[in-house]
Amino acid sequence: MLQIRNLHVNVQGHEILKGLDLTINAGEMHSLMGPNGSGKSTLAQVLAGRDTYEVTEGEVLFEGRNLLELEPDERACAGVFMAFQYPVEIPGVGTAYFLRAAVNAVRKHRGEEELDAVDFLGFVKEKMRLVDMDEQLLKRSVNEGFSGGEKKRGEIFQMAVLEPKLAILDETDSGLDIDALKIVADGVNSMRRTDRAFLVITHYQRLLNYIVPDFVHVLVDGRIVKSGGKELAMELEEKGYGWADQSIRHAAAAS
Amino acid sequence: MVELVQEKDIYRSAFARLEAESNPVGGSALIALRTQAMARFAELGFPTLRHEDWRYTNVARIAKTEFRSAVDCSVDLDERAIVAETFPEAQFHRLVFVNGFFARDLSSQHGLPKGVQVGSLAETLDDDPSWVERHLARYASYQDHAFTALNTALMEDGAFVYVPKGVIVEQPIHLLYVTMPGVEPIVVHPRNLIIADEASQVTIIESYVGLGEGVYFTNTVTEISVGEGAVVDHYKVQRETTQAYHVGTTQLYQRRSSTASSHIISIGGDIVRNDINAVLDGEGCDCTLNGLYVPAGKQHVDNHLRVEHRKPHGNSREHFKGILDDSARGVFTGRIIVHKDAQKTDAKQTNRNLLLSDNASVDTKPQLEIFANDVKCTHGATIGQLDKDAMFYLRARGISADAARSLLVFAFAGESIAKIKPQPVRAQVQQILLERLPQGDQLQGLS
Repeated sequence: MLQIRNLHVNVQGHEILKGLDLTINAGEMHSLMGPNGSGKSTLAQVLAGRDTYEVTEGEVLFEGRNLLELEPDERACAGVFMAFQYPVEIPGVGTAYFLRAAVNAVRKHRGEEELDAVDFLGFVKEKMRLVDMDEQLLKRSVNEGFSGGEKKRGEIFQMAVLEPKLAILDETDSGLDIDALKIVADGVNSMRRTDRAFLVITHYQRLLNYIVPDFVHVLVDGRIVKSGGKELAMELEEKGYGWADQSIRHAAAAS
Repeated sequence: MVELVQEKDIYRSAFARLEAESNPVGGSALIALRTQAMARFAELGFPTLRHEDWRYTNVARIAKTEFRSAVDCSVDLDERAIVAETFPEAQFHRLVFVNGFFARDLSSQHGLPKGVQVGSLAETLDDDPSWVERHLARYASYQDHAFTALNTALMEDGAFVYVPKGVIVEQPIHLLYVTMPGVEPIVVHPRNLIIADEASQVTIIESYVGLGEGVYFTNTVTEISVGEGAVVDHYKVQRETTQAYHVGTTQLYQRRSSTASSHIISIGGDIVRNDINAVLDGEGCDCTLNGLYVPAGKQHVDNHLRVEHRKPHGNSREHFKGILDDSARGVFTGRIIVHKDAQKTDAKQTNRNLLLSDNASVDTKPQLEIFANDVKCTHGATIGQLDKDAMFYLRARGISADAARSLLVFAFAGESIAKIKPQPVRAQVQQILLERLPQGDQLQGLS
């Protein structure tokens, strides 16, 4: 589904990603872990199409298409979704209206009929239960005055509404208490399907107690230094990121 | 100086014609008033950029144009186009003015409470010239405002509304000013007098519309007297053509415990200047001044506010928002004067601007003059562009760049639009804004 090859990305003249390779197949749950500043969020933003990041080398294919050529909205319509680490407050834009506009943009792109306000409301309420969202939030402006936990749950709720093929969760777990974390994890788990893939970016192993990944990758200084199964997350938790980094450096030194 | 004299001469002939009328409107009192105002205009001349209150608005093009009085200009009435502007679906009381003159056939009132007067100012002054002595030009001073002086000297007609003590007029009164310019530039000087006596309540909507091609100049003055404990809501929706000049004064005079609001929506016009003046001349007055301006192209919109707190416990709220595209220019001046006796005044002013183009610009300036020592007075101004993070967030959910931009612009205006209470007016302003935005049709149902 997603192939990233030798991806180099600059932010304001500094190279953040330094040759990243990653392949994600349909139905898989990948977790990307790494210390602060390693480039995790940069990868998420680049995949979503943020234009402040400059791709200097490499390629990203999504279902065989060059993802980097697409505008952010085209990517969303093609089925790429990113749950924002810091969801943006948009005063004056009602949540219900925003979501309907988004859903209908995606539906239109897929050649499906657009939902009217009534159909949409029924559809959305069902999804709200999934992440235990208060229906009152639909009447409020997008993310405005939401608590940190509400914002993060809101992202998962949007994911459920938009039904993407590839969902990238950018530190959705940070700042969540254990109850909210479980709700987020339940939301994600309920959406796992053979034709949908996830890339869960996290700083902590904690989330992976609830969302069990098929693959764990460790990102250090712009490169994936180690990949493995879910047991890698446990090992990291125990030994720290320094261990993953050192082990790869030792390996490089030995060869 | 020679040039200035010539500019003023354009209006002298119009004045001479009014002076020569055998049966002048408003009797001798109005003649005396006109004469004084004309003399004052001759002294003042048109303001230039050297004038502090006109520093950012150049009216040289207005001053130099040889406008003809609209009375000399015959018009082919496009009745259907005019009726379409009257909110025909709404149960409003209506006064329609075409090229400054009352169009009785297009006007209608129904079931007005006893004692309420709604009609042509010229006819009212004819019937009872004492209104001139008691109210006309008592609120809007022409001493230091050339355009108000000119309006006072050359006014022909406008609306007159009187609401007696304790009476509530439930349906809004809609005043529609249609200008149909001709081959030569024309000028109209609408003059409105609104008097709400003690504990009364009324809503006034002024609409300014231009139909057809051609340069014209609307120079309007509205005086509103708000009696003790009375409630007056005033709306001005200005949709002149982009060839039009619009200069208007809205003058609010408030007595004790009264509540007044003014909403100035500026959509059309080439050079636009709105003076909104409020005098809180009694204890416990509440005054709200809202505004929304959306100039594009080369439009220039200047909102000049002056709120004068004369007595204690007054509240004033000013909230003006601008959305400027292309090479449009905006000016906001918010002057708040708190007199020595006006303790416990609570005055708040905000002016927020959204620039959609690198060539658009805004000059915004608060002016606070506070002579009392126990007051709350705050002001804030912002000039910004569309929030890039919000744009990206919307696009990352599949919403196209155009739609996202329109959505954010509309959301910015939404706060001002939501403050318009009469639903048909709110819907009209919303619709006009949506029509201006790319993919705006898809934003229906946002609010």
